[in-house]
Amino acid sequence: MSLHLRRRSFVLGSAATGLGLAAGVRPVFSADAPLKVGFVYVGPATDNGWSYRHDVARKEVEAAFPGKVTTSFVENVPEGPDAERVIRQLASSGHGLIFTTSFGFMNPTLKVAKAFPKVKFEHATGYQTTPNVAVYNARFYEGRTVIGTIAGMMSKSGTIGYLGSFPIPEVVMGINAFTLAAQKINPNIKTKVVWVNSWHDPGKEADAAKTLIDQGCDILSQHTDSAAPLQVAEQRGVHGFGQAADQSAFAPKGQLTAIVDNWGPYYIERVKAVLDGTWKTHNIWHGLKEGMVSIAPYGPDVPEDVKAAAEKVKADIAAGTRHPFEGPIKDQKGQVRIPEGKHATDEELLKMDWYVEGVQA
Amino acid sequence: MSLDIVVPVILTVISAATPLLLAGIGELVAERAGVLNLGIEGMMLVGAVAAFAVAHVTGNYMLAILVAAMAGALLALIFGVLTLTLVSNQVATGLALTLFGIGLSALAGAGFVGSPIAPLPKLEIPGLSELPFIGPILFHQDVLVYLSVALTLGVIWFLKRTRAGMILRACGDSDVSAHSIGYDVIRIRYLAVLFGGVTSGLAGAYLSLAYTPMWVENMTAGRGWIALGLVVFSSWRPLRLLGGAYLFGGVTILQLYVQGMGGIGVPAQVLSMLPYIATIVVLTIISAGPWRGRLDAPACLGKPFRPAT
Repeated sequence: MSLHLRRRSFVLGSAATGLGLAAGVRPVFSADAPLKVGFVYVGPATDNGWSYRHDVARKEVEAAFPGKVTTSFVENVPEGPDAERVIRQLASSGHGLIFTTSFGFMNPTLKVAKAFPKVKFEHATGYQTTPNVAVYNARFYEGRTVIGTIAGMMSKSGTIGYLGSFPIPEVVMGINAFTLAAQKINPNIKTKVVWVNSWHDPGKEADAAKTLIDQGCDILSQHTDSAAPLQVAEQRGVHGFGQAADQSAFAPKGQLTAIVDNWGPYYIERVKAVLDGTWKTHNIWHGLKEGMVSIAPYGPDVPEDVKAAAEKVKADIAAGTRHPFEGPIKDQKGQVRIPEGKHATDEELLKMDWYVEGVQA
Repeated sequence: MSLDIVVPVILTVISAATPLLLAGIGELVAERAGVLNLGIEGMMLVGAVAAFAVAHVTGNYMLAILVAAMAGALLALIFGVLTLTLVSNQVATGLALTLFGIGLSALAGAGFVGSPIAPLPKLEIPGLSELPFIGPILFHQDVLVYLSVALTLGVIWFLKRTRAGMILRACGDSDVSAHSIGYDVIRIRYLAVLFGGVTSGLAGAYLSLAYTPMWVENMTAGRGWIALGLVVFSSWRPLRLLGGAYLFGGVTILQLYVQGMGGIGVPAQVLSMLPYIATIVVLTIISAGPWRGRLDAPACLGKPFRPAT
């Protein structure tokens, strides 16, 4: 059973009463009632990207614990004060475990968690933990090393286009991991970055994709949410990579593969921990090894040798024999940032604000 | 820039400018009649989802465009009933219309996310479409691009050259006078608002059929508000609106292009501001120059009209 709380409709329907959320959510007092798990999404559950992948995981949780767990979700929750009300509402309506799935929900989550010490909270992509707030994140850059390898092998022009949202460490480390992997195949690879200054503006993403293709890029990579760049790639006969979810429906030939967020196994593990009474706070950053980051099936245009190379990179990263940021790594000015024999630490990655050589951003 | 780069850049500019022009031209007519409709974004989204749904289910693009226009008009009709018949506040009602359109389109479109369609076909004109340079730019566009320009020219002719256009302007400039010499101000304003709904619906259809042939929630990403700004920028003149839409689209594409070339040592965030800065600069020049005094908004813009009985 799932309860779908459409945030927008209650904003409209009950603007006067403020939060109409309570209408569908009733507190649970009985001890053997099913565990209620709440999810808070920053976008629509149908965005075919970030929030959609969290919602897929929510459904996996429901399927994994028939009769023992019920879930509810609130979508389109803006990051900020509004989020606090939504999270508080979930906490006060009998939810035992709440996943808040966007970075900007950090402070509201911490605040509500303080008031509800018995409720467990899981905050995605944050960094602050408390006894009842755990944080989790995925090493997406590992996936970018895999697709960078494919790009390095398949680009004929040697120029790759990269659509960025905002120059924050998460995006910067992705650009760098991608470029380093491509350069390992072809040292002359250049990555042209265009900032769209939005996570979600299909029109502008399409414009940026067209611009990059016009400037000689024959492969596109993106760190924005819509499938528009892939659609442009398909129309123009070049290739690209899906973001967050398999977007091959929009580019059956154009999508080489996609980095897919795979939250299900982690969510199931954490729900089980709450049911067993073994839940403890932690701060984890999982990647290809744990399966939190996975790679979509390869498109029809990916040759066998490229597939094999990509699979090898995937296996090596999962086995720990290859690190996406192996020294020596120089920045754009030629200064050595990661010395030979070392690799970037997690701390360095989370603060990354410089680009590797060959990136034009 | 060599010629074979200029053509695709211009094509990208045209596709960026068309939805702004379509949405703007309808709003311009509504405002000239004295009605300020802030619901453009909502009407565009409803048009976009209606067009996508029809195209996805039937594969008939002409029908899709028609339904989008009707969907936009339907939302405009709601706005008309509220503001013109029931005399509610235009600003508040327009904002509510935008919120309503966002929610309604998200609800109606939930089942269509993730399913692609083929883009709106371009019209081939034998002989002309193959011409170098001007062929792809002028003679190989889709029907909505031609319609956006045709509507603009039509509105120029209508407002300037026809009696009906003069009456419409009279309603916007002095509703009481228009009423006192026997014109039905409310009926004329209804028609103007409906026209705005139709073109906003078309602008939405352009987004979901041609610009990015897909449906995603909130895919307008603020274009309705930019169209609204362009109407002010144009000082309520259709030809300036055409120029404004292409200027805005042009600068947007140009800044993406400059970023792709490696930039000019200016941060990307500053480049993203360029379209807005350019619009402000042009507006300042227009209003400071010898054309001064011609920026006047329709005198009755946004004011409710209640005919004396």
